[in-house]
Amino acid sequence: MNDSQVLTINLGPQHPSTHGVLRVLLDLDGETVVDARPDVGFLHRGIEKIAENRLYHQIIPLTDRLDYLAAMSNNLAYVLTVEKLFDLEVPRRARYVRVILAELQRIASHLFWLGTHAHDLGAMSPMFYALREREEIMDIFDAVAGSRLTPSYLRFGGLYADIDGGFVRNTTRFVSQFGNRVDEYEELLTENPIWKSRTKGVGIMSAEECTAMGISGPLARGSGLARDLRKSSPYSSYEEFQFEIPLGFQGDVYDRYMVRIGEMRQSVEIIVQALEGLPEGPHSVVDAPTTFPEKKNLTTNLGHLIRHFNLVVEGVRPPAAEVYHAVESPRGELGFYIVSDGTGTPSRLKVRAPSFANLQGLAHMCRGRLLSDAVAIIGMIDIVLAEVDR
Amino acid sequence: MDTQVLTDTFGGEILEVTLFRDEVTLTVSPKALLAICRFLKEDDRFDCVMLSDLCGLDRYPAIPRFAVVYNLYSPSLAHRLRLKALVDEENLRIDSVTGIWKGADWLERECYDLYGIRFNNHPDLKRILLPDTFEGHPLRKDFPLQGRE
Repeated sequence: MNDSQVLTINLGPQHPSTHGVLRVLLDLDGETVVDARPDVGFLHRGIEKIAENRLYHQIIPLTDRLDYLAAMSNNLAYVLTVEKLFDLEVPRRARYVRVILAELQRIASHLFWLGTHAHDLGAMSPMFYALREREEIMDIFDAVAGSRLTPSYLRFGGLYADIDGGFVRNTTRFVSQFGNRVDEYEELLTENPIWKSRTKGVGIMSAEECTAMGISGPLARGSGLARDLRKSSPYSSYEEFQFEIPLGFQGDVYDRYMVRIGEMRQSVEIIVQALEGLPEGPHSVVDAPTTFPEKKNLTTNLGHLIRHFNLVVEGVRPPAAEVYHAVESPRGELGFYIVSDGTGTPSRLKVRAPSFANLQGLAHMCRGRLLSDAVAIIGMIDIVLAEVDR
Repeated sequence: MDTQVLTDTFGGEILEVTLFRDEVTLTVSPKALLAICRFLKEDDRFDCVMLSDLCGLDRYPAIPRFAVVYNLYSPSLAHRLRLKALVDEENLRIDSVTGIWKGADWLERECYDLYGIRFNNHPDLKRILLPDTFEGHPLRKDFPLQGRE
């Protein structure tokens, strides 16, 4: 008989440290993880199947329900893909507002990650700080879109409605103080010896491993890979803004923490530039076949009423072709692959979810580490199971 | 991107090259899939070291009915390339690319789960999103939207 005995235990699917309904089968030798086998699918709702039976604009609310911590980014990735399919030019004002919203969403998502991740590792206070600021962003979203988590605010060709002065005022106030707030988080954690001992050297993933596994976003950047789709293939006017890509060296949990802290600061830079240069003009393309007419025109203009009716009943018909478009979501490369057969519904819609690829690296990062490290690693990956399972 | 190199190297194995909105889609013969993938990954002119995404496709009523789509990405050259291999309904099998891109593991399991396409030499081909006891493959066009129960 072997003097070491391997014990298999269940972590999840209902466990606070798994951030959703993730089940991980852990093979333990004492407290050391021999192997970790993630079991996903508990939140599978068949969103890709539903999408094959919906008109193109009806899919926008479905995308909110993929990565619900970054719904704006999901909206953006989807509408950009459809706009590519239709070859639709978006007004500059709408592109700028989209950038502001996407970066606010990145900050909100990283804040939620920071709070819950620190909480997992026993630091209670960052949660209260992080959620305080996240709430301000949720209020901004609520004011423009009428919803905090599921905005569905973007439309093909622009935005659902133009932003008002309140949006600019609130966002300006938020970014003017947020830099100091990040300093506060850093005071709590960055040089904290307990935090460092729980995160340094834990969950190391080399740059080569990241590439082979298709891992993207802060995880890849934590391993020193300067990969950011906002830089390498800019969309929605990102090429007009100055920002840096924060990088890690070793690829451990601590490096990914530093990368995300750096990204929040860079997002502030981008938002400040976008607010300063915010162009005047329409918030959406006017009179494109993909765009709903303004509601106030429906009672006075028969042409608009007919177009509205057709859009609701039949939707829009793109060319029969296929496109893929990806954006840099808070979690990494978020892409949509759409196959159109020329009808009002997509024939296939595939979501390239960053969490799905990133979670695949879990086993590699956990092997040989302690059970408590597994909790740190799961938290560090920043998974959203709704996006993994779709 | 110069697709001429590919048609010169692989000749008849590349069945179709389409260009739409600057995106290149190559329809390739399933027999040559692994060779083409390895070439695209290792050749400096393509350098597709990352498999962004892999998914199945039900092309009903077209024949062959199914396809597997590979969205490749080269971070160094910042370009994308799409491969498509058609699979016949009678023999729903294709070679696994897990030997080339490790990350294909879960993606191929998902494709098997939702379409029933089997991957030769996959290390652990089983369902991933749906329970093991589930019957049928829900992303097929003949699977009802409401489910079967």
